Amino acid sequence: MATSEPTVDDLAPTLETNVAADEPPADAGEASEETVLHASDLTVYYGTEQALQPVTAALPEREVTAIIGPSGCGKSTFLRCINRMNDQIDGCRVEGKLRFYGKNIYDNDVDPVALRRKIGMVFQKPNPFPKSIYDNVAYGPRIQGCDDDLDATVESALRRAALWEEVSDRLDESALDLSGGQQQRLCIARAIAPDPGVILMDEPASALDPIATTKIEDLIEELAEEYTVVIVTHNMQQAARISDRTMVFLTGGELVEFDRTAKIFAEPEDQRVEDYITGKFG
Amino acid sequence: MAAEDGSQSTVDAITGDVTAADRRRNRRVRRLLFGCAAITVLTTVAIFFALLDNAFSFFYEIRLYEFLLGGEFSQRVSVWEFVAGTQWYPNHGIAPAFGILPLLAGTFLIVVLAAFVAIPIGTATAVYLSLYASPRTRAYLKPTLEILAGIPTIVYGFFAISFITPVLLRGLLGPFGIEVGRLNALSAAIAVGIMTIPMVASISEDAMAAVPDGLTHGAYAMGASKYQVAIGIVIPASLSGILAAYILAVSRAIGETMIVALAAGHSPNLTSDPLAEVQTMTAFMVHQVRGTSAVGSVEYQSLFAVGLALFLITLAANLLNDYVKRRYREEYR
Repeated sequence: MATSEPTVDDLAPTLETNVAADEPPADAGEASEETVLHASDLTVYYGTEQALQPVTAALPEREVTAIIGPSGCGKSTFLRCINRMNDQIDGCRVEGKLRFYGKNIYDNDVDPVALRRKIGMVFQKPNPFPKSIYDNVAYGPRIQGCDDDLDATVESALRRAALWEEVSDRLDESALDLSGGQQQRLCIARAIAPDPGVILMDEPASALDPIATTKIEDLIEELAEEYTVVIVTHNMQQAARISDRTMVFLTGGELVEFDRTAKIFAEPEDQRVEDYITGKFG
Repeated sequence: MAAEDGSQSTVDAITGDVTAADRRRNRRVRRLLFGCAAITVLTTVAIFFALLDNAFSFFYEIRLYEFLLGGEFSQRVSVWEFVAGTQWYPNHGIAPAFGILPLLAGTFLIVVLAAFVAIPIGTATAVYLSLYASPRTRAYLKPTLEILAGIPTIVYGFFAISFITPVLLRGLLGPFGIEVGRLNALSAAIAVGIMTIPMVASISEDAMAAVPDGLTHGAYAMGASKYQVAIGIVIPASLSGILAAYILAVSRAIGETMIVALAAGHSPNLTSDPLAEVQTMTAFMVHQVRGTSAVGSVEYQSLFAVGLALFLITLAANLLNDYVKRRYREEYR
């Protein structure tokens, strides 16, 4: 799978149509799509405690990969490895490799700041900046210095985040005046405004009511047409509804199974996964 | 039957038996604690009235309480002369002048120059501590700052006279042919500024640390550099706390006494020249209290008038601090 990788300078996703996105997940057997993220023996320690057992997995382009598992199983830890947000945690140590379009992001010559401009992130709790709606969405393009035609960028991001209709007449108002669900969609708009290619989501709907959750889920499925989405969720129905592939982590930070979502939920290989999914465990 | 017993015991448990004695004990504790808290308020009020009482006699020869009891008064100094006069010679035998402006100007000059030292360095230190410093560096730097805050101000005064003026200022300005006198405003102001750095740094850093991690992590995840997070997220989100730190530091500088009494001089000059000798309100008061003027004389009572002015100015600074904290409250929740 590490064959025709583009160089790191060419990180932006191409816009040519990729059949994989619209394909029903169960049909495709082998991953013929391009691999965006490839973890090999990725291991994480917090101090002396091992938070993640060696993980090896290849995440294809323009698909939704869900990460499920019980609390404390390393789901979020794995997610934060992808954009090196674990760097922010004192005492956190990462071993093994995580290749992003073939380039190991833990190589010394990779700048985490530049990496995060290619990999957006949406957090569990909506965290809009205490600025206007417009300034929130414009934040990424501005800090990256590409602020020509900012108005169009902001509008496009808000449209893709399904928020434009609700806020187009009050872009100057504080983002903190939005509802929780709107704030979370704003955070998604903020994450996609610089066109990152990959979007990481850490339980993005867990703080929202069911209606707002449905909107976010619909949005995630749409985003997968353009972006590679990796989403951590506590909610197995949510994983089953929106993802193409599912990674199941179990307690101890072990990746137990990683396969097509349909396969995971219909006939998991591992008994522990079956027990977890059917609610006997975790 | 068993269920009824169970519910009855639960009701008993939550009802408890709060006796009258318990209530009295609670009340006594509450009153004792209130009494302790009230001491600070009473002291403030008492100081204010003592100042007012004595300052009244500076202007009207008799104390305020005597006036209120129906005493005869005669004006010695007009309030207008005091607040608008440009000369301050309270001890001049023939033609004393009681205009506070030179003292105000001296204080103001020291405060402004000190702010130029304390605000940039203190803010930068706070940003460094909250965003850049490794836990190890932090563990050394914070206690060092606290030591700096704990040095008696008279030591800073000596530092100004024995190092800042002769070594730093003469060393830097001497080559340009600028003469630096033994006592000058700049030297004292630099010392006052250094003294207030820990205050600015520590209060600003507390405000920055209170910015939720969600915001900073959100910015980092957008690919913001530390500098961009500091300028674009952390400082705006903690602005009210940072401004409060500035105001408190200024308020502290206004009241600072030993450094200016030692290093700034004793000449009440109405000037903006940082290398001139100036006298601040506090330095005047130290000088006057050690002087030979008789208690009750106008020159002695001028102490209280200046003290009252000082009190009102720092009070105003503290009220401004409260206002800023409320007006520019952190917008995040």
